[in-house]
Amino acid sequence: MNLVGALYVAALSGCAIAAVTALLAPPRARLHLAGWCTAGAGGLAAASGVGAVVAGGAGQSWSAWLPELLPLAGVRLTVDPLGGVFIAVTGVVAVCAAIYGIGYCDHGLDGRVFQSVLPLFVTAMLVVPAAASVSTFLLAWELMAVSSLLLVLAEHRRRAAVGRAGLWYAVMTHLGLVTILTGLVVFAAGAGGESFDQLRAAALSPASKTVVFLATFAGFASKAGIVPLHVWLPRAHPEAPSHVSALMSAAMVNMGAYGVVRVGLDLLHGGPAWWWLLVLAAGAASALFGILQAVVASDLKRLLGYSTTENLGLVLVGVGAAGFFAASKLPVPAALALAAALLHVVNHAAFKTVLFLSAGSVLHATGTRDLDALGGLRTRLPYTTVVFAVGALCASALPPGNAFVSEWLLLQSLIHALPGSGVAGAVTMPLAVAVIALSAGLAVATFVKAFGVGFLARPRSAEAERAGESPPAMLGAMALAVAGCVALALAPTLVVPALGRAVGVVFPARDVVSGELTLRLAGISGMVSPLLIAAALVIAVVAVLGLVRLTAARRSRRAARLWDCGAGPMSARMEYTATSFAEPLQRVFDDVLAPESDVDVTPVKESAYLVERVHFHARVPDRIERRLYVPLVAAVSAVGRGARGLASGSVHRYLGYGFWALTAMLIVLVVLW
Amino acid sequence: MGVIGAVLQVIAVAVGSPLLLGLMRQVRARLEGRAGAGVLQPWRDLRKLMRKEAITPRGTGWVFRAAPLLLAGTALVVAAVVPLVTTASPLDGVADLFAVTALLALGSVALALGALDTGTAFGGMGASREMTVLALVEPTILVSTFALSIRVGSTSLGSIVTATVEDPLSVISPVSVLAAAALAIVTIAETGRIPVDNPSTHLELTMIHEAMVLEYAGPDLALIEWASAMRLSVLLGLLSSLFFPLGIAGAGAGVLALPLSVITLVLKVGLLGVLLSAGEVFMAKLRLFRVPELLAGSFLLALLAVGASFFLA
Repeated sequence: MNLVGALYVAALSGCAIAAVTALLAPPRARLHLAGWCTAGAGGLAAASGVGAVVAGGAGQSWSAWLPELLPLAGVRLTVDPLGGVFIAVTGVVAVCAAIYGIGYCDHGLDGRVFQSVLPLFVTAMLVVPAAASVSTFLLAWELMAVSSLLLVLAEHRRRAAVGRAGLWYAVMTHLGLVTILTGLVVFAAGAGGESFDQLRAAALSPASKTVVFLATFAGFASKAGIVPLHVWLPRAHPEAPSHVSALMSAAMVNMGAYGVVRVGLDLLHGGPAWWWLLVLAAGAASALFGILQAVVASDLKRLLGYSTTENLGLVLVGVGAAGFFAASKLPVPAALALAAALLHVVNHAAFKTVLFLSAGSVLHATGTRDLDALGGLRTRLPYTTVVFAVGALCASALPPGNAFVSEWLLLQSLIHALPGSGVAGAVTMPLAVAVIALSAGLAVATFVKAFGVGFLARPRSAEAERAGESPPAMLGAMALAVAGCVALALAPTLVVPALGRAVGVVFPARDVVSGELTLRLAGISGMVSPLLIAAALVIAVVAVLGLVRLTAARRSRRAARLWDCGAGPMSARMEYTATSFAEPLQRVFDDVLAPESDVDVTPVKESAYLVERVHFHARVPDRIERRLYVPLVAAVSAVGRGARGLASGSVHRYLGYGFWALTAMLIVLVVLW
Repeated sequence: MGVIGAVLQVIAVAVGSPLLLGLMRQVRARLEGRAGAGVLQPWRDLRKLMRKEAITPRGTGWVFRAAPLLLAGTALVVAAVVPLVTTASPLDGVADLFAVTALLALGSVALALGALDTGTAFGGMGASREMTVLALVEPTILVSTFALSIRVGSTSLGSIVTATVEDPLSVISPVSVLAAAALAIVTIAETGRIPVDNPSTHLELTMIHEAMVLEYAGPDLALIEWASAMRLSVLLGLLSSLFFPLGIAGAGAGVLALPLSVITLVLKVGLLGVLLSAGEVFMAKLRLFRVPELLAGSFLLALLAVGASFFLA
């Protein structure tokens, strides 16, 4: 067993110890013991993931076969550089979430079950990228789904919405499992074996390959929150406890992207160009739809959930572009696009952890997630405000944030593919660039709204006015996540060459990006230097500040009343809210968003002309949910109600059903076989 | 050589941009039959503002204080990076056209956050409108960048300009013409000129930029005015460099080429400014909700430019 394997096994054992400790420890010590154990396990996992990526260049990877652990198939694990990236991301997110949980869980979440399921969830997310056989993969996938479902349901006694969110999540995640199961079973049947090595060597017919790809893609897309399978995401993320939201949004949804890369590019060795154009189109649609819903959302965590849909959409744009370029025989842009997608996974994990943890801190302090009721947190939660500001800067893809770097790489790969990728490329690549640009622009508006309305100006409610800063464990975890974001933003050159090794698992090994200070693309021209941009900005700002100090009148700053065009003192009700901030954009995208508003006028009883009360509602429902899922749910309920008549309680009838069902099946088998 | 060029263009932008603003106002005044305040007036205004005391409105915090600094900082960095005087700037590898766009957006974001921090309805309104325009402008910029970079095979500004200098006739291709039209509309939107925003208005229902800066006073306001002028001249300069790179000192040019290219820069940007302000006289501001249609039109032009470049390549 090499170092990677030892660290990986130690991480899994750490999670197991954390789970057992949480079950056995007395309530007072439980939070600390379980939290620090999980954090330690996350750290080990991160080290092993990084080790796998670094050592992967030398052709070393750790694998194990444990035939006794499960009946029939045993457990097969392989930590290669591609899986290593996802293991490392999960590990780091787990460290932040676990430490955060120590401070966050002291109000009612310190129960035995919740505390021990959290390490199990982390375990599942560490096993999924390491699984090397169909049965191991599916078991880990199901463990991930069930444990996250239990975590989402943690606060179901406090709010009714949690139960509904849990139901949506349970149904969607299990339908996803069914399609992945179907796809992988067809694959394994065609390959004559279920280990990934056998699948890789299999020679399937193009038709069954397509079936495998489409079935698994549907399942992975639903896990990644890709439109139109995203409906669980904006429900489950807000209702889960905040560090669980961070784990789900920064680590779990990545597994969807991992699945597409592993099955589509690695096990199936790519495929026809239309598969990947489908992936690209799904990614582009989710990027746009997700960010449009985020820009009009006024629930802070729902906004972050939709932003996850957007970012995973961008990742899938990268993955789809990589597959498409590989199918069009363009190896250099293909490797670059996949590296950009993986870098975006890493960057998204970093800033989404920051954002969800700071949103949790706001929730902890004020008890509300409604941006329209927040505001003025700058003075009451100074550290949380800075943390959220860093996260918002990174999420809006502006320099010197980290998402800027990955979106830049993605755009470069799309641009440089154009001359060689034929008419399909000439049509899709400009549109993909436009989609990325529009989603970047809308992301800027979204996060200016979230930060500006939520944290700046003056409090809009009594809860926001009374807020107080979070406990040190939460602040420490947020600081850790912020440090990760800053490191990724300033020194992407440390990470991107390593990601090139992960890309090497799928595409023939080559350097994607080189350079220490400047990100220099290999094979095509293009470079950018995030560190020097940040340095230049700092120098320019300091220079401007010096200039002002030199030339301005040497009088001290005076505090004065807000001018506000000479109007009287402002009340907090006169401030712009999140809803009013988004109104122009909502109006521009009216046809897509289909906002609803209605006015209830209650007249005085005696006269229809005298109005007693006017009530105005405005909301922007998720249109896909409204158009696609509401009719579907209604139809299923109707079928269920109709079928109720079949169960009359008579045993004779039930025996009759059994008899006819058996006969019908035998007839079908005789006819078809 | 490259370093001197970069310093020269930063100085040219920093000193010249208020003059450009003065020139544009003078042209406008003359066309409207007024005498005008003179080209130096913006500098006089800045001096006056710098001498006033700094005022912090109650209830605002560090974001409000930092916004003017960041706005001016991003404008200076962009002025150093964009090839206005020389293509051999040592910073050329630091940022390409995408990064320049993103840096300018960062400046707008800083100002919008400063406006939101005041908590006044005007501040919120200006920020909201600015972000709407920004979000809609972004696709046009990146797609027209795409169109321009296909010919060169790179998004680096230096390479694009150098390629155009070497083959000046390539500017007349449909790609360049369409991309130029798209970028011109975007420049107008980004700098808040008519028909997107009226820079001299104080009518609350029509303004974008002015609504955001209402609470600033003294040196802070001076910084914002100066930075806005720099953004205007940098964007006009970028437009002229991309489509009319005459006189820009290349990598091999001697030191003597630099003063010449500064002079041509001043002439080109001045000409563009005069044209822009003359156009503004004959135009009315669009309704806010008609602006997206204008921007969608410019986006379509950019998309056509990419299409043309594919079929011409």
